[in-house]
Amino acid sequence: MDATLGNRAKALLDVRGLTKVFGALKACDSVDLTIGKGEIHALLGENGAGKSTFVKMLFGALEPTGGTIYWKDQPVAISSPGEARGLGIGMVFQHFSLFDALTAAENIMLALNDPAPLATIAARAEELSHTYGLPLDPHAHVGDLSVGERQRIEITRCLLQDPELIILDEPTSVLTPQEADKLFETLEKLRSEGRSILYISHRLEEVKQLCDGATVLRQGRVVAHCDPRKETTSSLARMMVGDEVPHVDREKPAAAREALLAVRGLSREASHPFAVPLSDINLEVHAGEILGIAGVAGNGQGEFFEAVSGEVLQERANIIQICGKDAGRKDISGRRLMSAAFVPEERLGHAAAPQMTLSQNLLLSRYRTDALAFLARLGVVRGRAVGEATKRVVSTMDVRKSTPDPEATALSGGNLQKFVIGRELDRAPQVMVVNQPTWGVDAGAAVRIRQALVDLAKNGSAVLVISQDLDELFEICDSIAVMHGGRISAPIPVGEATYEEIGLLMGGSEPGQNPRPPVEVV
Amino acid sequence: MRIELVKRPQSSPLFSALSPFLALLLTLFAGAVMFLFLGKNPLEALYFFFIDPLLETWSLHELMVKAAPLILIGVGLSVCYLSNNWNIGAEGQFIVGAIAGSILPVMFPGFQTWIVLPLMLLMGVLGGAAYAAIPAFLKARFNTNEILVSLMLVYVAELFLDWLVRGPWRNPEGYNFPETRNFHDFAVLPEIWPDAGRAHWGIIFAIAAALVLWFVLSRTLKGIEVKVVGQSPRAGRFGGFSRARMVIFAFLVSGALAGLAGISEVSGAIGQLRPAISPGYGFTAIIVAFLGRLNPLGIIAAGFVLALSYLGGEAAQISIGVTDKTARAFQGMLLFFVLACDCLIHYRIRLTRTVAARSTEAPAGHA
Amino acid sequence: MLESVLLTIATAATPLLIAAIGELVAERSGVLNLGVEGMMIMGAVTGFSVSLLSGSAWLGVVAAIVVGAAFALLFGFLTLTLVTNQVATGLALTLFGLGVSGMIGESFVGQPGMRLGVVDIPVLSDLPVVGRLVFGQDPLFYLSLLLTAGVAYFLFGTRAGLMLRAVGDNPASAHAQGISVIGIRYLAVMFGGACAGLAGAYLSLVYTPQWVENMTAGRGWIALALVVFASWRPWRVIAGAYLFGGVTIGQLHAQAIGVAIPSQMLSSLPYVATIVVLVVISQNRRLTMMNTPASLGRPFVPDR
Repeated sequence: MDATLGNRAKALLDVRGLTKVFGALKACDSVDLTIGKGEIHALLGENGAGKSTFVKMLFGALEPTGGTIYWKDQPVAISSPGEARGLGIGMVFQHFSLFDALTAAENIMLALNDPAPLATIAARAEELSHTYGLPLDPHAHVGDLSVGERQRIEITRCLLQDPELIILDEPTSVLTPQEADKLFETLEKLRSEGRSILYISHRLEEVKQLCDGATVLRQGRVVAHCDPRKETTSSLARMMVGDEVPHVDREKPAAAREALLAVRGLSREASHPFAVPLSDINLEVHAGEILGIAGVAGNGQGEFFEAVSGEVLQERANIIQICGKDAGRKDISGRRLMSAAFVPEERLGHAAAPQMTLSQNLLLSRYRTDALAFLARLGVVRGRAVGEATKRVVSTMDVRKSTPDPEATALSGGNLQKFVIGRELDRAPQVMVVNQPTWGVDAGAAVRIRQALVDLAKNGSAVLVISQDLDELFEICDSIAVMHGGRISAPIPVGEATYEEIGLLMGGSEPGQNPRPPVEVV
Repeated sequence: MRIELVKRPQSSPLFSALSPFLALLLTLFAGAVMFLFLGKNPLEALYFFFIDPLLETWSLHELMVKAAPLILIGVGLSVCYLSNNWNIGAEGQFIVGAIAGSILPVMFPGFQTWIVLPLMLLMGVLGGAAYAAIPAFLKARFNTNEILVSLMLVYVAELFLDWLVRGPWRNPEGYNFPETRNFHDFAVLPEIWPDAGRAHWGIIFAIAAALVLWFVLSRTLKGIEVKVVGQSPRAGRFGGFSRARMVIFAFLVSGALAGLAGISEVSGAIGQLRPAISPGYGFTAIIVAFLGRLNPLGIIAAGFVLALSYLGGEAAQISIGVTDKTARAFQGMLLFFVLACDCLIHYRIRLTRTVAARSTEAPAGHA
Repeated sequence: MLESVLLTIATAATPLLIAAIGELVAERSGVLNLGVEGMMIMGAVTGFSVSLLSGSAWLGVVAAIVVGAAFALLFGFLTLTLVTNQVATGLALTLFGLGVSGMIGESFVGQPGMRLGVVDIPVLSDLPVVGRLVFGQDPLFYLSLLLTAGVAYFLFGTRAGLMLRAVGDNPASAHAQGISVIGIRYLAVMFGGACAGLAGAYLSLVYTPQWVENMTAGRGWIALALVVFASWRPWRVIAGAYLFGGVTIGQLHAQAIGVAIPSQMLSSLPYVATIVVLVVISQNRRLTMMNTPASLGRPFVPDR
């Protein structure tokens, strides 16, 4: 164990050799980790490194295959979240943890082993949330709240149990930089009260800024224990990814040419109770340009994608123009025939049908554009032609798979994402619209995907990238616009944009308020 | 002990093929237990149920007579279920098809030429399709639950048929029996081998329909569309397929085939309309569709299996005196086992001991 | 006349109410059990035969509840443990129930059955008009109202009810919170089965004390429609059940007094009314979306 941690305080949590095996996959392989009292400890790792599996075992939501957990020097078996809470371990989840149909207070009540009536719990929650600077309305239905507000409910819920150890799973991935700063203040306050925090992240800057110790996971194994304040972001990145992180090559764009994709005055009413309405969106993407749309999840990105892709039609044809022609009244196949291509956020169940093979999924988005090659008379599928195109996509994008033509669900997230992007690139579209191109994808696949998008633009196509990942947008885009509350700001050329400015726009305010030193790009 | 499912990375082709047979075996076993409880010799009972009807030519013909509507309806339902449209009102579409197809021979008995039969079949097809269009339209337009609507329409169709044969369509020379006049010769679906037994052209329609739909589902873009929209509606929309159009398509196909089954049954096997023209074919065909794993070729085989259960019920009633209602119980049981065995296609089943203190166990401990 | 019409409306509505309230609880936990008709007919045949053989109508009622719950357990084992398709399994349950009940009931066809007595509160039940209506009904009538109130209180006033709604909304979160999703769903489904069994017993012990094959005649399905009609709110089920009771009794009276409409057309009214109601309700998408349990009909397999 690290000497620096040892002399801080005696260990609150000491994990030895924790292992979890799913079938043939060792998601966690003999992981050791120690957290002292009053320590903020980072658990670092790429997507798929085993971080979530590890904390689920700590919280009793997953059953370990082997290993021992010591809590205050006593070996403990944590077989349910209730037991974890009983010990004094609280958790703030990244996904899947609140109930949309219930109110904030009901959500909180469910997690407490407390027979107090709802009204009492609501009052206590409100009071506590103000103490920690996390204001919330206990009677609001969670389904109506923003991501940031949901997170406050989760944190309040966790704090009401007076935990000694708080586990935070990627808490800032859904926040604006300014919201993240507020969260850090709350966390520092908790540390000063002597509580310990296990902080899971892949964002290195914030880990350096906040954490006292760090454990780095790679492919389920611990590769390092370190003090993040003594490391540089690039040394931390090396530990996470292994070798030096490859970079995307990008040339300066030529002067803007004609607009290949234009959106003019797009508005859309909310189609269901939890949807975000769109109002008066205008933008142009030119040949050779990559335009990024930043924004916190749930600000209308999905609705915007549906409207641009033609999954939902517009009232007037000239609201969407592709390659100079009106497309607003054409459906998604019609827009594809105008040389546009689309990649939605959800890989499984939207971009690809889970139980269908890769070649069937290839056909899914290309049966109209490549009808001559792929279909014979009466709609009979030319299996050989589709199979060859599938092979081509697989080899160009380096899609790893175990059988010749597996079902989409059998591929890992990164490989399936490479496939659904490669499926569109294979057509060399003039216009490409991608929503969250590298969400939940490992570093290698992410670089490959970004490079492919950059290359497409270099060859004269217009690319629109919707992403929550600011680093990604700054890396590949020519200019960045921000989506907030169903509106899109004017794009800012990437050379002039700062994280601060973009962050403020993501939070819904005008640039120029609440100054904050810009964070360095990794 | 507790049962735990482990998801397979990919669905298992082995169990896809095996599961219907496994289900049949389990049903036979459960049936034997049931007969034991009824105080019958289980082997003898199963013999009369499932072997005896296969031993004589005439009863093989009866098998085809009963398999024809089951296969016709079953393949239509497979298109519905694959596309996630839960049409459970095929019984009603069968009845309406039979009624629509009977308009000519009942209302215009003097109109007797060769064209009558093709027209009857066509009208049966249209009648069934039109009746299925009601739940389809309501689902596509208002998002109304198609399960409940299609089922309610079965009761309406049964009552309507009952009214027809007791009222306006009652045979004027029929001594007040609730039935229509007998169809004239041009309105009767011919038997295939009239000397050998009653099997009529319905079974040929059924096998032809199954082959056509098999081709469509497995070789064409339409087949992919049906499956994508069914499994993953958002992916279907992304592909540019319309959910509403698919709802209409699936219901029209299955309604048309149920209607064809209805008119074939009436003009081939019965020869007139009566208050009850189906021993629940429309519902049993649901079991046929699942036993055939929603694959039209499998449904041909499954249709014969379920047809056998009908015949077996009758045979067992005569020979060993168990009620023919046992056939219905058998059919329900079969569907349970089919569904349960399909679980093996997507999951491996593992029995585990109940959770003990485990985080203190060595890495080699149980999972 | 009016009094007797209202009385019979209550008897027609009570089985629908009981079955729908049970199914509502199951659906609130996220499980769609289309086997209500099958469990109900099993309840009917069990209630009838057990009371006839034992001589106690109440024993018949209890047996019907047990059998309904047992059938629901079978459904639960398939859909919850073996994650089979809920729609198909519900259909299987209905087909199986209809078959088995026909088999069991064959020897009882045509036999006169037991009737569950009415509660008769002296004096009060002799009050004009409301007397019999409020104070002289069968005990299950009162039970059905109590059941509705109890379910409403349970769902919205207790912690266990909150857990059940949470499971129906988002089973993955519930699991992460340490709530036993599968356990709660088993209990909810079995409660639904017990109610369906009870509703079936009502048919064969109160509504028409005899055994007729398929005597539920689609009431299980109508109960399913009532849950949608009530948008998963217990008190609204009462309104729906009495509306349907009214339609059923109204058409029976119309037949009795010889309205010049064929009886078959009148008999089909409840079914047509169901369709109309479903269409009207489904047109209000916002209402349906807000109230439908989000995980309804979707299987859940916990990670372990």
